[in-house]
Amino acid sequence: MSPKIGVYICHCGTNIAGKVAIDEVVGFAKTLPNVAMVREYKFMCSEPGQNLIKDDIKKEKLDRVVVASCSPLMHEKTFRGACEAAGLNKYLLHMANIREHCSWVTEENAPATEKAKALIRGAVAKAALLEPLEKKEVKIHPHVMVIGGGIAGIQAALDIADSGRKVYLVEKDPSIGGHMAQFDKTFPTLDCAACILTPKMVQVGQHPNIELLSYSVVEKLEGFVGNFKATVRMKSRYVDLKKCNGCGDCWNKCPAWRVEKPKGEKKVVHNALTLGPPKAIYMPTLQSIPAVPVIDKESCIYFKNGKCQICVKTCPTGAVDHKMVDVVREIEIGSIIVATGYKLFDVTKMPQYGYGRYPNVLTGLEFEHLNCAAGSTGGQVLMENGEPPKSIAIIHCIGSRDKNYHEYCSRVCCMYALKFAHLVKEKTHAEVYDFYIDMRAFGKGFEEFYNRLLEEGVRFIRGKAAQISNEPIYPEEEGKLIVRVDDTLLGRVRRVPVDMVVLCSAIEATQDAQDVSRLLGLCHSRDGFFAEKHPKLAPVSTAIDGVFIAGCCQSPKDIPDTVAQASGAAAQAMMLAARGAIEIEAATALIDEDRCTGCRICNDLCPYHAIEFISDKKVSRVNDALCKGCGTCVAACPCSAIAAKQFKDNQLLAEIEGVLS
Amino acid sequence: MALKKEYLYYPGCSLHSSATSYDDSSRAVLEALGSKVVEIDDWNCCGATAYMAIKEMTAFTISARNLAIAEKKGDHVVAPCSGCYVGLSKANNYIKEFPEVHKKVNTALAEGGLSYNGTVHVRHVMDLFVHDLGADELKKFVKKPLKDLKVGCYYGCQIIRPKNEIDSPEYPTTMEKLMEACGATAVDFVMKAFCCGGAILGTEEAIGLRLIKNLMQSAKRNGAQILVTPCPLCQMNLDAYQRRAAKKYGMKFDIPILYFTQLIGLAMGISPKKLGFGKEIVSAKSVLKQFL
Repeated sequence: MSPKIGVYICHCGTNIAGKVAIDEVVGFAKTLPNVAMVREYKFMCSEPGQNLIKDDIKKEKLDRVVVASCSPLMHEKTFRGACEAAGLNKYLLHMANIREHCSWVTEENAPATEKAKALIRGAVAKAALLEPLEKKEVKIHPHVMVIGGGIAGIQAALDIADSGRKVYLVEKDPSIGGHMAQFDKTFPTLDCAACILTPKMVQVGQHPNIELLSYSVVEKLEGFVGNFKATVRMKSRYVDLKKCNGCGDCWNKCPAWRVEKPKGEKKVVHNALTLGPPKAIYMPTLQSIPAVPVIDKESCIYFKNGKCQICVKTCPTGAVDHKMVDVVREIEIGSIIVATGYKLFDVTKMPQYGYGRYPNVLTGLEFEHLNCAAGSTGGQVLMENGEPPKSIAIIHCIGSRDKNYHEYCSRVCCMYALKFAHLVKEKTHAEVYDFYIDMRAFGKGFEEFYNRLLEEGVRFIRGKAAQISNEPIYPEEEGKLIVRVDDTLLGRVRRVPVDMVVLCSAIEATQDAQDVSRLLGLCHSRDGFFAEKHPKLAPVSTAIDGVFIAGCCQSPKDIPDTVAQASGAAAQAMMLAARGAIEIEAATALIDEDRCTGCRICNDLCPYHAIEFISDKKVSRVNDALCKGCGTCVAACPCSAIAAKQFKDNQLLAEIEGVLS
Repeated sequence: MALKKEYLYYPGCSLHSSATSYDDSSRAVLEALGSKVVEIDDWNCCGATAYMAIKEMTAFTISARNLAIAEKKGDHVVAPCSGCYVGLSKANNYIKEFPEVHKKVNTALAEGGLSYNGTVHVRHVMDLFVHDLGADELKKFVKKPLKDLKVGCYYGCQIIRPKNEIDSPEYPTTMEKLMEACGATAVDFVMKAFCCGGAILGTEEAIGLRLIKNLMQSAKRNGAQILVTPCPLCQMNLDAYQRRAAKKYGMKFDIPILYFTQLIGLAMGISPKKLGFGKEIVSAKSVLKQFL
């Protein structure tokens, strides 16, 4: 029996109808073989549009549907749903893309109409050969793994744990808290970072549904949406997590410093500021969770010469053990949230700013450490000689908005620069010069914050600083750092002598993130950050089902945006878990085991690791749960033993013939 | 990395007149490193930077004549003068990038029985040390290390700006590496890529002297005993005007200005005479007495 095909042509408002002569195409479609019904409608995706399809399937007994409209990425799901609702196997739908592939990209009307006809002719020819496929479901494991314990990971973990589901929070550092735990105040409201973050960190530590794997890295990941298996290496911290009570006797007695110790003239070492104890046995901050120190192998005396062990002798609970080894464990989860954060741009790549050559040139993060009340200077803004500065330059866009380094805007620097300016004004009598290209104050309360700083008497200079030097030309520059800048409002080059310089370095993707992406198969965008599934409508999803992203690993963003995104990712993971099962791609590849020679070429080529080799039968087999139907194996198979369902040779050839005839 | 067996050589006007020590030392060093230096026949003016600003097409054509002559003999033309290097490179890049420029240039060249296909690479001597030889390789040729000599490396503006394949336009460090390879100590010299005054000394002497004063003051403060440069104009300005600048500002400068190839040659054990020593105005004799 020959198939009965219904063809539905969408105007998409004027998107398609503005270029393609719909009436002509309708008349043409009616002449095509096997076509039993042709309709056109302003918006096929609307409810009345879908109802046209549903009614025809029922009344006219259509057994194939062709919708000529937009890209299947946009609405295939919609029209498949309509077919299914009317009782037709949803894989008997085929779409002709006459918008993105035709009306949007064709300048003249007549050729657009001709192209639409050709695409529809091809679609009809293929539709006639479509075969019904079986819907497939897999179960979802209810547990979730969050990678990264910064504010994004913390928020996501807490949201999921509060919904009653188990979360594994994997953090590579000895404590959770990430960058936020190293900040003093947060813009624009100036609330203390520790005051708002510490309670959340404590909650994570105490939550019955959260298992915190600190100082740990994910080494291996297998499986697919709903059924992942992760191998996690818990690095040895040389202090027993259960025995330690966090008293601090060990670091008080430890004789070894892990950072440069201030000496002589150098009363403050800006690149060695710490928020926790500066010793070899330490916690990153005093609010660390878990509140258990770790031994830095590089600086520990015992690891150098086998002697010392003062910490072992001091510890009242016997928790320190230099012989402790890494523990590797496997965990099973249904979905993963990646929140691996960012790193700061290496400012030594721009030697013109003298970082590392001149004292008192600091990165933004070092300046945070300097300001932090828990830091080495108790929050006092001091130069390396221990004196407060009389003037400070804050320079925006170091490595951001610069085609030589990162073209993108790092989004947070303008506001943290303002925050720094405010803190300096609050704590010292220093004159503050803020060098900006554009003041980007786009967020809630940002412009108000900028206005406030204008009133606080900060000197804003519009222009990217070109160079920092210690080279005086005029007497007032003696002993100062001189900022050369093209002041674009004044229209001339200026030299501004200051005592201290803060470089607002760019936010960039981390090396760890690259390792994580290799493990998970995540994609990057050109800037190095993880690519989301859709920049607007699926901002926390990724190309890998069941893997979500949140925070600065996706793009630079501030704390409010990070928290919002983390909650979004948590909601996605919870949605999966709550559903219990998920429908997966039915149009998978199928290996004809009689023709397969067991050459295994396809095994390594599969980007989803979906093909396994059955050694006793000496053939390869596709795991339907993993296969995305990409077709790589189909093209590679030297024996033509693999077919992609819905993209079989006869179907594709029919479509090509249809388009070309 | 290794130098090529042979380089075509474009001296330009400076190296045959005011900068003969650069000419001598460049040839001597390259030959001692095992490369043959072949001066191209019947070369003419590079077009110079000033001409390019006024009559671009004519300047391109003048430059291209040199490239067309070179093309018959080989593909790598070395121009030690920074001005020549920029002039020839700019003409070369425009000819390669814009077919209409290429066509016009060739129409003009045809009058003289020449044509240019765009196959020549324009190189600077410093570029050869960076990309073909490398500082590590140079070290192997050093026979008399310039121990304890404090050298300031002065790049000037032309060879590193704006876009170049030699070094960072903001804070170059190539020459420092070469000097360190020769056993000298490169001092931190912040003004190393600032303007020497260029041609302005002829018309606006006050401005030129101020720029020279700033440079010399910085070199002195950083403890440079000697400055090296890859540019004839920089060398001439700093060498000839440092005393006038010092007098105007009530300071004292006595820093010899040499070509970087002269110091490299000295470290390689080439005789000072072959390297053109003694032609500088501020004599390098006392500073270099233990090496000369």
